[in-house]
Amino acid sequence: MKPETEAELAKMVAGLNGPVRIAGGGTRGIGGPEVVIETLGLRGITLYEPGALTLVARAGTPVAEIEAALEAEGQQLAFEPMDHRGLLGTQGEPTIGGVVAANISGPRRIQAGACRDFLLGVRYVDGMGQVIKNGGRVMKNVTGYDLVKLMAGSWGTLGVLTEVSLKVLPKPETVATLAVGVPEVADAVQVMSAALKSPFEVSGAAYDSQTGRVLLRVEGGLESVAYRSQQLTAALSGFGEIAEVAQPADLWRALRDVRAFEGQDGDIWRISVKPTDAPDIAARLGADQTLFDWGGGLIWARVPGGIDLRDRLGAFDGHATLVRADAETAEALGRFQPEDAGIKALTQGVRRRFDPRGLFNPGLMG
Amino acid sequence: MEMPTPNPDVLRRKAAVLQRLQRVLPKDAVIHDPSETRAYECDALTAYRCPPMLAVLPSTTQEVADVLRICHQEGVPVVPRGSGTSLAGGALPTADCVILGVARMNEVLETDYDNRFIRVQTGRTNLSVTGAVEEEDFFYAPDPSSQLACAIAGNIAMNSGGAHCLKYGVTTNNLLGVTMVLMDGSVVEIGGAHLDAGGLDLLGVICGSEGQLGVVTEATLRILRKPEGARPVLMGFDDNEVAGQCVSDIIKSGILPVAIEFMDTLCIRACENFAHAGYPDCTALLIVEVEGSDAEIDHQLSKIIEIAKRHNPVELRESQSAEESAKIWLGRKSAFGAMGQMNDYMCLDGTIPVSSLPEVLRRIGEMSAEYGLPVGNVFHAGDGNMHPLILFDANKPGDLEKCEAFGAEILKLCVDVGGCLTGEHGVGIEKRDLMSHQYADQDLEAQMAVKDVFDPNWLLNPAKVFPLDASEARRKMRAAAE
Repeated sequence: MKPETEAELAKMVAGLNGPVRIAGGGTRGIGGPEVVIETLGLRGITLYEPGALTLVARAGTPVAEIEAALEAEGQQLAFEPMDHRGLLGTQGEPTIGGVVAANISGPRRIQAGACRDFLLGVRYVDGMGQVIKNGGRVMKNVTGYDLVKLMAGSWGTLGVLTEVSLKVLPKPETVATLAVGVPEVADAVQVMSAALKSPFEVSGAAYDSQTGRVLLRVEGGLESVAYRSQQLTAALSGFGEIAEVAQPADLWRALRDVRAFEGQDGDIWRISVKPTDAPDIAARLGADQTLFDWGGGLIWARVPGGIDLRDRLGAFDGHATLVRADAETAEALGRFQPEDAGIKALTQGVRRRFDPRGLFNPGLMG
Repeated sequence: MEMPTPNPDVLRRKAAVLQRLQRVLPKDAVIHDPSETRAYECDALTAYRCPPMLAVLPSTTQEVADVLRICHQEGVPVVPRGSGTSLAGGALPTADCVILGVARMNEVLETDYDNRFIRVQTGRTNLSVTGAVEEEDFFYAPDPSSQLACAIAGNIAMNSGGAHCLKYGVTTNNLLGVTMVLMDGSVVEIGGAHLDAGGLDLLGVICGSEGQLGVVTEATLRILRKPEGARPVLMGFDDNEVAGQCVSDIIKSGILPVAIEFMDTLCIRACENFAHAGYPDCTALLIVEVEGSDAEIDHQLSKIIEIAKRHNPVELRESQSAEESAKIWLGRKSAFGAMGQMNDYMCLDGTIPVSSLPEVLRRIGEMSAEYGLPVGNVFHAGDGNMHPLILFDANKPGDLEKCEAFGAEILKLCVDVGGCLTGEHGVGIEKRDLMSHQYADQDLEAQMAVKDVFDPNWLLNPAKVFPLDASEARRKMRAAAE
């Protein structure tokens, strides 16, 4: 099913009599019911005011279309949404609705915030087929409950997004990346913490255990970037060899999309942790390959297929999401971290009220 | 302002409820004498007052849980209270309620610079969170003007902003986790020192829920390293429209200042008398602040000044010292107090798209003449969050009502140009009945459905946020259940 308007979608949902999979471009590999509602027909940027840093677009608008419009005005989506196609081997066109529904944020999340932090407003169709709006198009808005945040990262389980409104930011004039050679994860996290604790506004801090390199990104005006790179280099010189890396833009796109794991076997997990816990947690993973982003706060792990990583981790401050696995494994382990009883009661209660018939991506989030 | 009729059954059982609360709390933590409960009769929206039935001041999460469990069992409404600085009446009691104040819970529980967070009890004041990490050159970014007094609990309830959120965001963007007690006394932990929710973003909906979903007793907050320096520049214009255009041009140029503040003549004069910040006497004043090293600041300010010059400012002045910068900000942050010395005032908080600024200011001016009430405008221009301050005389019969009607018209205008009723103060009781101007019935139903999940009996701060007629059926259901 591919509605062309919000009204058509609402009517479609009201008439449903069984579960559906909600998909934008279908690039995030969530699986689910055979019947699919695709939002690709709800397309187009409806408002863009560069002077107010706001953009409103229908949910099925391709991310590429939005990025091109922003680029023309020297602006960007600061939360740097990842493109999952390479990692998951999916086809199709990533949409802004998909990015929002999955709260997809890249390396700049540590400094600028997550997708949910840039989301100003939503329109969606709930499980009863009603069109609901929340938030708006202005940057500060505390009028009523913030269902905007709730919809971000709800993976289509609470409603079908039809329109999203986003805060955008100026694109930095220039980017510099420093590489620090450190063989051990523990040292790498220390380097990244030191960099993020500095006043030099690091906008990316990642570590690839295979190359043994910490990568630190500095963005902004030309003079400012030169100054801050120099200051950072001086501040971190005690940790190891530091050098500036060429071609930083593509480098960060590769990190964002976890290209290091592309075409490799096994399941892929994404684990959000307290950064200084990362070395200990990584040691318990028994992973074939790991990549650390967000100053150590985000671990990407490639492990042999079918293993329940959460079993190995036990209780920790954070959560583990199964990003890539075959359907049986995903079904058996669940994609999302199981919730404590108290939280589960709340999330199930919310889900039952937004989608009382359990139509949207059932079972995906528990 | 209409409030629901107090439940006579609850009032009749005051002694029994009191006795149960006294059993779980220290003696001095339960306030029941009418001469003492009066201290809690209002928050910073002083036009409306009502002493609560009882007030409690728990010291631990366990005590909060005990209080809520008892009130839940007894069917007694609870109004949570941080420091009582709400400008929207968020902590206004009803005669049949228990005020739950978190002021005694003000400990720092953990500071962690490597992971860049602090965990505090939520009665701690906003500024003292920064105070706790200043030694290491860190700070907590959201900076509401009331930051000296306001509590983190209230900041979370209202999703408070501040002058510097253009760069750093508001409370929700700086909140990593909470310990929260639900109305039935159960305790939930959400989030932590890691980033982003694993499941649904409950943290996101709790922040800004105005104490209607639970009582947050502990919070994990993101702390940031202080920039090397910061410096404001003052720009005076003789035309609001030109000032608005200048704001838009600065933003479009690719520079993102940490703050862009706007004041009109009335506010400029009031603040100048108060803080002696050297504000120019003009129609529109912008305070634009940038951060970084001295060289970075010089570079950014030179670009900003170049843009400003294209708009023929009547005054253009960079702060020359830290002392001068402090005065410039003192003036701005004292705006409400300074206006308060002139007369009683009502402070509004609507947000508008930045591009509508000139139009909205013009309309407010026209309405001010129609109503015969002066208005001062001070606001966060970078994000369109306006604070029109309507002056009135509380002792003059009819003036408050006239002011309320005027305020409502301004807020409706904000919505009509694509904005919203409140940018950072919250709905409380003040904007409650205007909610249906911004939201359709089904939009409000969707929000109320969330409260149904967290607080099925609608006992927590029940008469706020939603128009009374919209929430009536749910509040009645509770009364029937008792």
